[in-house]
Amino acid sequence: MDFFVANFAAIVFYALAAVAVAGALGVIALRHPVHAALSLLATFLAVAGLFVLQRAEFIAAVQILIYAGGVMVLFLFVIMLVNVRTLPDESQFLRRLAPVAGALGVLLAVLVGIGAWAATSRPPADPAPLVQVAGETAGNTEAVGWNLYRDYLLPFEVVSIVLLVAMIGAIVMGRKELQEKEGRP
Amino acid sequence: MITTSHYLVLSLVLFSLGIVGIVVRRNFITVLMCVELILNAANVNFIAFAHQLGDLTGQVFAVFVITIAAAEAAIGLGIIVALVRLKRTVNLDQVSVMEG
Repeated sequence: MDFFVANFAAIVFYALAAVAVAGALGVIALRHPVHAALSLLATFLAVAGLFVLQRAEFIAAVQILIYAGGVMVLFLFVIMLVNVRTLPDESQFLRRLAPVAGALGVLLAVLVGIGAWAATSRPPADPAPLVQVAGETAGNTEAVGWNLYRDYLLPFEVVSIVLLVAMIGAIVMGRKELQEKEGRP
Repeated sequence: MITTSHYLVLSLVLFSLGIVGIVVRRNFITVLMCVELILNAANVNFIAFAHQLGDLTGQVFAVFVITIAAAEAAIGLGIIVALVRLKRTVNLDQVSVMEG
């Protein structure tokens, strides 16, 4: 029992990291798009848990609201709408890439090894959960909001324009007139 | 003890899996999901460094990354809907209109 109490953060990290990596593997390995989307959902939720572990509670909530709530519903909705019955055959494309995949796999193993070495040789940082904002102690959401609207107000406005452009673009591409003008082969 | 390096390795693995998915899969919808995976790996990096440095700027930029990811998903799925209307397929090999 003492072992679990002492290593609680490490156990939670490894469990969530395993779920995240397994979900990512599922995204690229599962054939059916709905299964891949649900696998991606597992990854998003696990990463949100990791954010909580790093005291980024606001980002974790945003991750669940926007990714798991918005983007994932959008994906599933489009998959249902498109309803592709014939899934493309991908095996012959894979065989040509085998040497490249091998080289990249070796590179990944080297990088993970370097990271594991660095993890054991460097002392961990552990900042305080609460931060100072304008001379007062504040929670995570308040501090992020303070930073966002004071220091990064211009990027915030630019991002709102990006969202507007994306919305208009999606609406224009989703119109029916496109089909009638081009004609179907 | 969990350090920033642990998170960087996790982010590296997620990023690599996303790249592998983009290269390997021919289904447009799955490729878009892999792009989301890559952006999420970038977010893990942002949050890890924000935690290590005790600076909230990383968290603010994670908010921006999430916003861009949502916009990208909306655009990508709009393209998919238009593509299925015109070509009746989501296979990327069959839509090489620009000879890519």
